[in-house]
Amino acid sequence: MLCETPSLTRRMLLGGAASFTAWAHVPRLAQAAGGKDRRLLVVILRGALDGLSAVAPLGDPDYEGLRAAIALRKDGPDAAIGLDGFFALHPALPNFARLYKAGQGLVVHGAATPYRGRSHFDGQDVLENGLGGVGRTDSGWLNRALSVLPAGDRIERRNGLGIGTATPLILRGTSPVLGWAPPSMPRATDDLTERVLDLYQHADPALFRALSAGLETDRMARAAMADEKAAGGPATPRGMVQIANGAGRLMAASDGPRIAALAFEGWDTHANEGGAKGRLATLLGGLDEAFAALEAALAPVWQDTAVLVVTEFGRTARINGTEGTDHGTATVAFLVGGGVRGGRVLADWPGLKAARLHEGRDLAPTIDLRGVMKGVLADHLGLEGRALDTIVFPDSAPIRAMRGLVG
Amino acid sequence: MADAIAHAVTAGQRFGLGLKPGMLEGLARDPRRAVLDEIDQADLAGIAAGDLLSGQQAMQAHFEERHGPQVRMDAPATARRSAAILQDEAIARFAHGMRQSLGFVERLVLFWSNHFCVSVRKGPTVRVVAGAYEREAIRPHVLGDFAAMLTAVVRHPAMLVYLDNRGSIGPTSRAGLNRKRGLNENLAREILELHTLGVDGGYSQRDVGALARMLTGWTVAGPDGRAAPPGAFVFNPNAHEPGPQTLLGRAYAAGGADQAEAALANLALHPATARFIARKFARHFVADDPPPVLVARLEADFRRTGGNLGSLARVLVTSEEAWTVPATKVRTPYEFLLAASRATGVAPANPSQVLGPLNAMGQPLWAPAGPNGHPDTAGDIAAPEAMTARLEAASVLARRMRGAAADPRALQQALFGDLSSPDSRQAVIRAESAEQGLALLFLSPEFLRR
Repeated sequence: MLCETPSLTRRMLLGGAASFTAWAHVPRLAQAAGGKDRRLLVVILRGALDGLSAVAPLGDPDYEGLRAAIALRKDGPDAAIGLDGFFALHPALPNFARLYKAGQGLVVHGAATPYRGRSHFDGQDVLENGLGGVGRTDSGWLNRALSVLPAGDRIERRNGLGIGTATPLILRGTSPVLGWAPPSMPRATDDLTERVLDLYQHADPALFRALSAGLETDRMARAAMADEKAAGGPATPRGMVQIANGAGRLMAASDGPRIAALAFEGWDTHANEGGAKGRLATLLGGLDEAFAALEAALAPVWQDTAVLVVTEFGRTARINGTEGTDHGTATVAFLVGGGVRGGRVLADWPGLKAARLHEGRDLAPTIDLRGVMKGVLADHLGLEGRALDTIVFPDSAPIRAMRGLVG
Repeated sequence: MADAIAHAVTAGQRFGLGLKPGMLEGLARDPRRAVLDEIDQADLAGIAAGDLLSGQQAMQAHFEERHGPQVRMDAPATARRSAAILQDEAIARFAHGMRQSLGFVERLVLFWSNHFCVSVRKGPTVRVVAGAYEREAIRPHVLGDFAAMLTAVVRHPAMLVYLDNRGSIGPTSRAGLNRKRGLNENLAREILELHTLGVDGGYSQRDVGALARMLTGWTVAGPDGRAAPPGAFVFNPNAHEPGPQTLLGRAYAAGGADQAEAALANLALHPATARFIARKFARHFVADDPPPVLVARLEADFRRTGGNLGSLARVLVTSEEAWTVPATKVRTPYEFLLAASRATGVAPANPSQVLGPLNAMGQPLWAPAGPNGHPDTAGDIAAPEAMTARLEAASVLARRMRGAAADPRALQQALFGDLSSPDSRQAVIRAESAEQGLALLFLSPEFLRR
C-alpha cells in the first residue's frame, strides 16, 4: 500500500486557496456589555474536528476499545494532559492547557449543531447560518448579531474586515463586511486604483462596492501588518499562527475590528489520523500555537477578549478501516480569553456504550451548540434574549443560552 | 446590426474565452452559428499529448521518484519532478485555450473539470496526475455522454487517490478479513452529493455505504506492477466486498467491477442528476439565478438524451434566454487571464505567469479547497478581496502586455465595437499611458462580466 501524503485540506465550503482565511467585522457600535470594549473572534475548524481525540474521555471505559490505535494514554511518553479526572487534553495542546489551568480556557463537550447529516457543506452551512437546518445561506449568525448589538460609545467608523478569498457564511448579511488577502502580487498604483474606482462608481455599482470594500480593508491591514506575506495557508500550523497573529493584531488596534471570524482547515481525518503524534496532532499543534499567538497579539485587551472555536460536526466514535474517523455528530467547542470563566469541561456525558451512540456510531449530542453561542453573545456582548431567540438564531427559544461562560 | 454585435460580444464573453482582435465583424454575421460550429467540429477539446505524460506514466514517474530504481521499468516514464509535470500541463492547457477560435468547447472543459474536480492540495500523487486526469477523463467526454465521463472520472487514478477510494477495502472481502484496513466512503458520498444526484437528491447514508462497498476494489496498481502497469487503474477482486447491494432501492447482483459500473450508469441517468446538472450548467453560463424555463429545458433534454452533453450544450446555445439575460456573471480568474492573453496575443512566458496570478486571485489551478470545486457565483468571484487581487493582476498583465497593445482604445473597439459604455471608453481614452489604458480595459465591466 502506497503511503499518500496526508490530505491537507479535503473539503471546505469556503476559504479558497489564498493562504489567509480570516474575516472580521467592526460593529457600528463596538462598546458593548458593561461599557467595555469587547472583542469576539470565532474560529471555524473546517473539515470536522475529532472531539474525542482533542479532548479525550479517558475515564470512559469504552474509549480505548473504540479508539484502538489512535487512543490517547494517561501515562507514558506523550501522555494526554489531565483536565478533570475524566477528560484529558490532547498532548499537542499545551497552550490551551495553560490557559485552562489559569481559568481562561473552557471546553464544551458533546456539543453539536442541529444538523444531523454527514455533508461538510451542509454541516458548515448550519454551523454558520444559525438556523435549525440547511436551506438558507444568505446570512450568518455573527452578521445578524452585529445588527442587534446594543448601543455603546461610538468608535471611529469602520465597515469591517475580512481576510481570505470569500466572505464566510457566518459573516454574510446586511451588516457590511470587508475582505483582505495578503499581497502576493505587486500593488496597483494609486492612480490606476482611483481611475478604476471612478469607472465602477459610474458603470458598475456592485463592482464598486466590492473593490472599495477590498481596498478599505487593505488599507487597514497594511497599517496593522506591514505587508506581511502569506505563508503556509489555513491548513498548516505555520499558516494558522500567521492568520491568528494577523487577526489578533488587527483586532487589538484601537480602531480595528471587534468581531471577527476565521477558519482553519484540514480537519477531515479519514485516514491515518494518528494518536498523540501524527496528522491530527500536527493540526492541533497549529491550533494551540494560534491560541498563544492570539493571546500575545491581543495582550492589551485580552481581559475583554473571547475566542470561540467550533467545527461543523464530530467524527465517528470507532476508528475506521484506514485508522482514521468518518463524519460523526457531537464534538467539542473551545472558549478562551481573559474574561472566560474557564478551568472547566462542560458536558452532559452520554457515554460511549454502543447503545448510547448516535445511530450506533457517533458520540451522541447532548448540548446544542447554539446555546453556547447564545451564552457567549449574551454575556460577552450583552445581546438580549429576544434578539438571540428570533433574529440571531431564529426559532431557537427552546434552546436556552448557556450563561456564565464569560465573566 | 447593433443586436448582431451585441450577440457577437455575448458569444465571446458568455460562451467563449474572449474575443481576439478582428473576430467581431465576422462573428456578428451569425454568432449563434459560430458557437454551434464549435460543437460540431471534431475534437476541439483534445490536447495533443506531445511530451505530456499519460496519467499512468506520471504515476509511474512519481513512484520511481519516491521508491527508487527497484521499480520495474515497463513504460518509458521519465522521472521528472512533480512540479515540472504540473507546469507543463498548465502551459499546454493555456496554449490550447489561446489557440481556440471562440473557445466554447474549452469553456465546457473548464466547467466539467471543475464539476469533477480533483485538488493537488491532496498531495504529490494528485499533483503529478491532475493534468493528465483532465485530458483523459474530462476532455474526451465534454460532448459525449455524462455516464461515460462519470465512469472515466471514477476509474481515473487521480480521483481514486483524491477521494481515498484507492485504499478502500470491503470489510468481508478476502483482503478485508486478512487486514486491518477497511471501507472508505468518501468517493461514494461525493459521487452522490456533488457529481450526480446533488445533496437534495434523495439518497441516504445507507446508499452512501452501498455505493462505497460496490466501489471497493477500484484502485490503482502499485509500483510493483504485478496486476497492471504501475499507476494504472486496476480492479482488485480481493478487496471487493462480496454480495449484492441495494442503491436507491435498486438491487445490484454480486459481481466485480461491473457492479459499480452498473450503479454509475444508473446514477448518471437518474432524474435528480438531470435536475442537478441542468441547474448547475445554466448557473455557470447564464446567471447565478438562471431563468427557470431554461433550467427546465436543459433538464428535459438531459433526461430525453440520457445525459448527452453535446445535446445539452446545443440546447443552451439555442435558448433565447442564454443570449438575452444580462451579463451579471464575472469571469473566473482563469477565464480572465486567458481572455487578456487572447485579446493581446501575448502568451505567458513561463508557468508562473499562469499559476501565480491564479493563486493570488484565489482560484489556483486544479487546487480548489474542496471537492465542490472553485466557487461559481458572481458574489464569490467578485468578493472584495478577490477584486483587489483582480486589480493587481490586471496591473501586472498590462505591464507585461503593453508592447502588444500600443493603442488600447483600438483594442477596446476591436473587442466590443460600439458596445463599450461611455464610462469605460472615457476611462481608456483618458488613461495616462497605454499600459494604464490596457489595465483599465481589462478591468472594465464589459471585459469582466459575461
